[in-house]
Amino acid sequence: MASRTVIEAIREAMDQEMARDPSVFLIGEDVGQRGGVFLASDGLHKKYGEYRVLDSPLAESSIVGIAIGAAVNGMRPIAEIQFADFIAPAFNQIVEEAARFCYRSGGDFNLPMVIRTPYGGGVHGALYHSQSIEATYGHIPGLKVVAPSNPADAAGLLKAAVRDPDPVLYLEHKRTYRLIRGEVPDGDGVVPIGKAEVKREGNDIGLIAYGLMLNYCLEVAEKLAAEGVSAEVLDLRTIKPMDEAAVAATAKKTGKVLVVHEDNRFAGIAAEVIAIIMENAFDSLDAPVMRLTGPDVPAMPFNHVLEEAFLPTPERILAKARELAAY
Amino acid sequence: MATQTREVEAKGGQSRHRSLGLSDEEALHIYEVMRLARAIDERMWLINRQGRAPFVISCQGQEGAQVGVSAALKPGYDWVVPYYRDAGVVLWFGMTARDQMLSFFARREDPSSGGRQMPGHFGARRLQILTTGSPVGAQLPHAAGLALAFKQRKEDGVTAVFFGEGASSQGDVHEAMNFAGIHKLGLLFVCENNGYAISVAQDHQVAIKDLADRAAGYGFPGVVVDGNDVLACYEVAKEAVARARRGEGATLIEAKTYRLTAHSSDDDDRRYRQAEEVARWRQKDPIQRYAKYLRESGSLTDAVEQDITERINQQVDEATEYAENAPDPSPDSLAKFVYKQDIRG
Repeated sequence: MASRTVIEAIREAMDQEMARDPSVFLIGEDVGQRGGVFLASDGLHKKYGEYRVLDSPLAESSIVGIAIGAAVNGMRPIAEIQFADFIAPAFNQIVEEAARFCYRSGGDFNLPMVIRTPYGGGVHGALYHSQSIEATYGHIPGLKVVAPSNPADAAGLLKAAVRDPDPVLYLEHKRTYRLIRGEVPDGDGVVPIGKAEVKREGNDIGLIAYGLMLNYCLEVAEKLAAEGVSAEVLDLRTIKPMDEAAVAATAKKTGKVLVVHEDNRFAGIAAEVIAIIMENAFDSLDAPVMRLTGPDVPAMPFNHVLEEAFLPTPERILAKARELAAY
Repeated sequence: MATQTREVEAKGGQSRHRSLGLSDEEALHIYEVMRLARAIDERMWLINRQGRAPFVISCQGQEGAQVGVSAALKPGYDWVVPYYRDAGVVLWFGMTARDQMLSFFARREDPSSGGRQMPGHFGARRLQILTTGSPVGAQLPHAAGLALAFKQRKEDGVTAVFFGEGASSQGDVHEAMNFAGIHKLGLLFVCENNGYAISVAQDHQVAIKDLADRAAGYGFPGVVVDGNDVLACYEVAKEAVARARRGEGATLIEAKTYRLTAHSSDDDDRRYRQAEEVARWRQKDPIQRYAKYLRESGSLTDAVEQDITERINQQVDEATEYAENAPDPSPDSLAKFVYKQDIRG
């Protein structure tokens, strides 16, 4: 076991996958000599050379499109989109091409490729360096979407994504990069895609989240414990395909569930989680399922007061959790 | 990096194909594949107009560019990335009349998609024909990725990607060419310029006469070729393939050609082009022109022509009968292959 931050865990996982399999390579803006704007690939260009850690032109659609072609021709690309906010030019390549290759060819083609991108706010990133995109891409059949909350899951899910035969959108919350530190197991440590994990057991209420918000929920659960409320915290880890059994289990066990995310509210991930609960655990509910999410405004403003106002903070989650516990 | 233009039938005389390194047999095979592509297409229109199949999208008029370029590539070694008119390309790379008819009738056995995609959306991994989507231009970055993988493994495989002049307006086309130029990728960008993007004529698509001029902006050569002269297309492609294999980078080939049919079975081209224009281009039909050359060069006799016609008719008849009677996909296959590895399963 080694203590690592999220960004260190991502870097080590890429390094290990590239060492293990010569077909794995990284392509993206500034990933080479610069080592990525967040230093996710620091040192890898020197270690593996230009054609394993390739600086792309500033053109997101082709970063993904080139990864698609390389994946067909025997490679396992990791395409980095520098910020999730800039992924939109690649929407056609991701949604119309990558996500449909297997289906549209009757299973003849498949794409072992990963698209990594930093998302989320709370870092003064403003409208175009803070966005969350998981609901948009979670809607797309043919894509898998993961969003780890801690270093061990970040490493384990990245390895699983690289080895997966299908395109995986790997979302890394940029505020967790250096904020969240934890133990990363020695050895392979692959975390299977599609499996949620109970990060804290509890009986009175269930908090369901992923990414940065999962960490906030753990803080809140600690505070609730001091107040005599036993909160279970379920980390979805994979947005799609979602672990419906785990969601239902937490709902059945606690009867009261709060879903938290930073992405916009309307048709967000919480709406899907709540639908799963209604379909699978309605009889066990003791309260309406609640959600605390980012508001339906385009994105997080730069000004710190407005940014703060956008985010579900630990304080707001705690207040909502108390309301649920008291219901 | 100035654009070169190859004049029609400029050289070679009666043994042009031999001077290009093609045996009589190879020259006739090219002819037969062009004719097969045309014959399948014509049969599809008949069947569509009889109400037996919902949709056709045609290769007619563009077979010279398609087969001429393909003949310079190595099937099974090189990758081709077709667009939806490229019946001639995929037949050269190993698809059959039956494969095309199975796709036309959207049957379970359709090797391109299992009946999921419209006709013309080719793909076969074992033949190294990339799966095709409908959004135009998106396939060019895929071709750059295929070529990048060859380069990463230090292999000399070549990738050829085909697109229309309409697609050339897409941003992906620029991005792919830019990337190919930077890394000197072994790529042929083959623009089948048929003059129209559905109804929009070239002068409303681009401000320049020759799309090939764009290559200069990406640091590789651009060549204009008569797309209705199959041997000229073969010649420029052969040079471009040799360049690509030597690691010297990409070439943009603009094959000037013409779409002899409407855009698709759902289009009425009388709304945007004159019958006289179509008739004029019919005189330049690449198959007729090539047949004339082959006859004059002594390779194509009446007996050979008759053999070819019989073989093609037999293939198209057999393919049609087989495909029309082949089973549809079962309804419970709807959710198959969303993922290669379906972890819900």
